[in-house]
Amino acid sequence: MDTWRELVDPDYPAIVWNTLRISFEITVWCILLALPCAYAIARMPQRWRAIIAGSIMLPFWTSFVVRVFAWKTMLHPEGWLQSCYFVFLRVRAWLFDWLPGFLQDFFVWLGFAGSGPIDPASSTILDSEAAVVLVSVYSFLPFAIMPIYTAAEKFDFSLLEAARDLGARSFYAFRKIFIPGIRQGVVSAILMVFIPAIGSYVIPQMLGGTNCVLIGNKIFMRAIQNRNIPHASALATLMAVSVLVPIAIAMWWKKRQDAIGRKRLEEQTARTMVGRV
Amino acid sequence: MKRSLFANIVLAFSLAFLYVPIILVVVYGFIPNGISMSFFDSKGEFIGFTAKWYRLIFTGDYSVKSLMQSFWLSLTIAGLATLISCVLGTTSALALHRFRGRLQSIHHALVYTPLIMPDILIGISLLMLFVAASVDCGFWTILIAHVTFCVSYVVMTVLARLQDFDDRITEAAYDLGAGPWYAFFHVELPILMPGIIAGGLLAFTLSIDDVVITSFVNGAGTNTFPTYVSSMTKHSRNLPTVFALSTLMLIFTCVLVGLSKLISGKQTPIKKGK
Repeated sequence: MDTWRELVDPDYPAIVWNTLRISFEITVWCILLALPCAYAIARMPQRWRAIIAGSIMLPFWTSFVVRVFAWKTMLHPEGWLQSCYFVFLRVRAWLFDWLPGFLQDFFVWLGFAGSGPIDPASSTILDSEAAVVLVSVYSFLPFAIMPIYTAAEKFDFSLLEAARDLGARSFYAFRKIFIPGIRQGVVSAILMVFIPAIGSYVIPQMLGGTNCVLIGNKIFMRAIQNRNIPHASALATLMAVSVLVPIAIAMWWKKRQDAIGRKRLEEQTARTMVGRV
Repeated sequence: MKRSLFANIVLAFSLAFLYVPIILVVVYGFIPNGISMSFFDSKGEFIGFTAKWYRLIFTGDYSVKSLMQSFWLSLTIAGLATLISCVLGTTSALALHRFRGRLQSIHHALVYTPLIMPDILIGISLLMLFVAASVDCGFWTILIAHVTFCVSYVVMTVLARLQDFDDRITEAAYDLGAGPWYAFFHVELPILMPGIIAGGLLAFTLSIDDVVITSFVNGAGTNTFPTYVSSMTKHSRNLPTVFALSTLMLIFTCVLVGLSKLISGKQTPIKKGK
């Protein structure tokens, strides 16, 4: 129990919160990219689908550490990605100034970096949170595309045409027909990204420096460097809880969906039976 | 509705995003200066490509000796872990397929857990196990850890294959006088083979690529290729060798997969009788 009491010290809640927030960011980016990708692949002719789906998985044949290291070299302070990062920071600061005050306070409270002047010396993309998010999105994107694509492949695209014929705009049809049609795939994609993101350790270790320490890094630090196994295991329990919660929610959701589907089916059959009588 | 332009642009962007590091891995294998990792000298002039890192690998130079050692260790562990987890995984999948009951649902949950738990949790729990059993970490602990998570993947692929399995075939074999062993080796195993091979390939790639679990259980001095590389990134002048070696591995896997596609494409699939 003493170990648990020590965990309440100011560092840990911040680290847990950061981990959850960054994992959430990674998941949102992955899903936003994966939805149009999966849609585009599923609409291709059969021959092309296999080729593109294969080439999305091909990067996995190179060692993960080597790929992360290639990123590290690319994010070098003198590289072109650094200049992109400055532009990104400027745009973000500009957008931030546009927000109303209470939203600004809310974002600062959530832990997103605020606006303020940009200091070129301290805002390198390497050893920053942005680098961790970027490379995590890179490494988890295939895991997001694949489940959505498998769901989209079974989707009946003539439904979208029907929606268009009934006057829906293409984005409206995409949102109201396509996404509900493939939601099973989307849910598994979210789990496939969110869970490894919570447990990620190599990427923040290599690219986050001291600015982005997540639970995974803390566990490793406590277990290997300090040899403080009780501490590490307490942290691991925390992580396990934060992984199990989304899984439980997803399972509960699936059960409810099934129940709704069954009820609807029963109602429909009842109605047809009545109609026939 | 025709194909969406926006979706295709996002797809092209994502593919580029996924491939830029791979292209860089290949390019960095030819980099002349291993310390600054650049193609330019201090005056900003282009020096050109070099093949010296490949030469170091093929001549087995002393400076890359420990890197090559870690690479062979990775191959050994991945090979052994694949073999063991294929045997264990197939038997476990058969048990899950054949028997139902409370024990089997616990068994299923146990097999399923490593698939959803983050690597780091598996790593720390194995480390705690080895510490509690006071085992010295080294080759054997790495192998045990790899088998632990590989088995789950093999079980899942074999189970998927078993779902289409027609149990009447085994019964027919029994009726024709086959004993349980004979029926297993001559009837069930050949039918399950594609699933076992697919699971084994998955296990091999996961095992050779694993860094998180290994870094918990490797102890001092035993490094697999990924853990060696991640320790090397901090201080080394031979970094391009890593990229050269990765390029060779990439070409090797591409050729292997291409060949297997060619072979499986030529084979006529066995028709399922009704």
